[in-house]
Amino acid sequence: MILASVITFKLALAAILFVITLGIAAYSTYFERKVAAFMQDRIGPNRAGPLGLLQPIADGVKMIFKEEHRPTGSNRILFILGPSIAMLTALMTSAVIPWSPKYFEIGGQKYALQIADINVGILYVFGVVSLGVYGILIGGWSSNNKYSLLGAVRASSQMISYELAMGLSIIPIILGSESLQMSAIVESQHEVWNIFKYPLGFLIFLICAFAETNRTPFDLPECETELVGGYHTEYTSMKLGFFLFSEYVNMFASSAVISTLFFGGYHFPGMSLLPAGVAVLVGVGVLFAKIIFFIFFFMWIRWTIPRFRYDQLMHLGWQVLMPLAIILVVVYGAIFSFI
Amino acid sequence: MEQVIFYGLALIAIVGALVTIFARNAMYSVLALVVTFFAMAGLYLQLNAEFVAVVHIIVYAGAIMVLFLFVVMMLNLNSVSSIVSNNTSVKWIAGLFGLAMAGILGYGTYVTTLPARGVNAAENGTVKVLGKMLFNEYLLPFELTSVLLIATMVGVIVLTKKEE
Repeated sequence: MILASVITFKLALAAILFVITLGIAAYSTYFERKVAAFMQDRIGPNRAGPLGLLQPIADGVKMIFKEEHRPTGSNRILFILGPSIAMLTALMTSAVIPWSPKYFEIGGQKYALQIADINVGILYVFGVVSLGVYGILIGGWSSNNKYSLLGAVRASSQMISYELAMGLSIIPIILGSESLQMSAIVESQHEVWNIFKYPLGFLIFLICAFAETNRTPFDLPECETELVGGYHTEYTSMKLGFFLFSEYVNMFASSAVISTLFFGGYHFPGMSLLPAGVAVLVGVGVLFAKIIFFIFFFMWIRWTIPRFRYDQLMHLGWQVLMPLAIILVVVYGAIFSFI
Repeated sequence: MEQVIFYGLALIAIVGALVTIFARNAMYSVLALVVTFFAMAGLYLQLNAEFVAVVHIIVYAGAIMVLFLFVVMMLNLNSVSSIVSNNTSVKWIAGLFGLAMAGILGYGTYVTTLPARGVNAAENGTVKVLGKMLFNEYLLPFELTSVLLIATMVGVIVLTKKEE
């Protein structure tokens, strides 16, 4: 049987991660506006609190107190279900990310700061990502609005298309580390980070991650020049807040996955020189630093590159990234089986 | 505890399947089917088949049902009247075939002796074990399936390709 203390440990971990995820996502909204301001030579939000640091709280309160509105002819249950699913799937991804090596001893066994070390961890991530479509699809359809429906259809076709290339691009990593377990993949990067072994795989994965999170240059589902607001056109109040917020949670989750798969997770140069306990603590900090860097990277791209046209997006997904990823699988497969 | 979880999941699966059939709104049917798939994935997890469970979710809930949802949305099948036929003979034949199918499946499950869940059951569902099984004992069926899939894919591309 599983020890009660282990269950408490895991539950506490889940609660802490939940709070951290929401905190980082909330401050990402502030950070995004600051980065945008910096890129465009403006000041950005600076009214709420010192340096505008209370802005996310002000935004949240504003969202909650806004008038609730439901369009006529919309489906009541599905209209509420849409943003809920979007938020739920966004929060589920980070459950398999290992935040530290196996160091914490409970009842004679060592545990890592990881909620679930399932042996198909990486597939779990893809499973959750593939479910992310539902929130947008249901939300867009139940709004009973043409623009919402178009946005939802765009979002889902885009996400399905890029999932394929995304899945193929990590096959070299699975071959290299001989495991689907997240902790094993991180451990295999003890000496060399995966980015140096699979640079092209990283590039494909990164582009697909942008498409999966619906971030610019792939934010066609909410393309305001064509679709008003895309799938969340009809949403108001905190339901809209959930849709917008889930994008930032997704960004945090995909940054965490990128850091774990390609940038060594909690590993950092000179890790073995430090005493074990200190190394674990610094490792957690380093992983968060990597994640925050990638969140910044997402924003950096957003305010640098303009949006694709829809046919260009499909062309890139199916005719450039997909074949490239397949070639990658063949090449690395040959390398790993013959050398 | 295991029994409780099993009956809970089984109940969800059955209710989901029934809602899939009886819902008046095609959208609810699709979503109920997704719920059924989740319950079934839960049952796979109980058998330590983690890989099968996750792949089940990715393939069925993540890809196939999304396409179903797509079709329902595009055709706007809001009312059930447009798809249900009132032909009684069709209903009888469908019912008969359904019962026959249930009979065959039930008999199949009844006569098959399932392997006992041994001590090293935790090892059974891992990708390594599954891969070894697929490429040793079941190589021929595996390859035949892949040929079938490729043929289907080529067929779909040929069918959807516009005339130049």
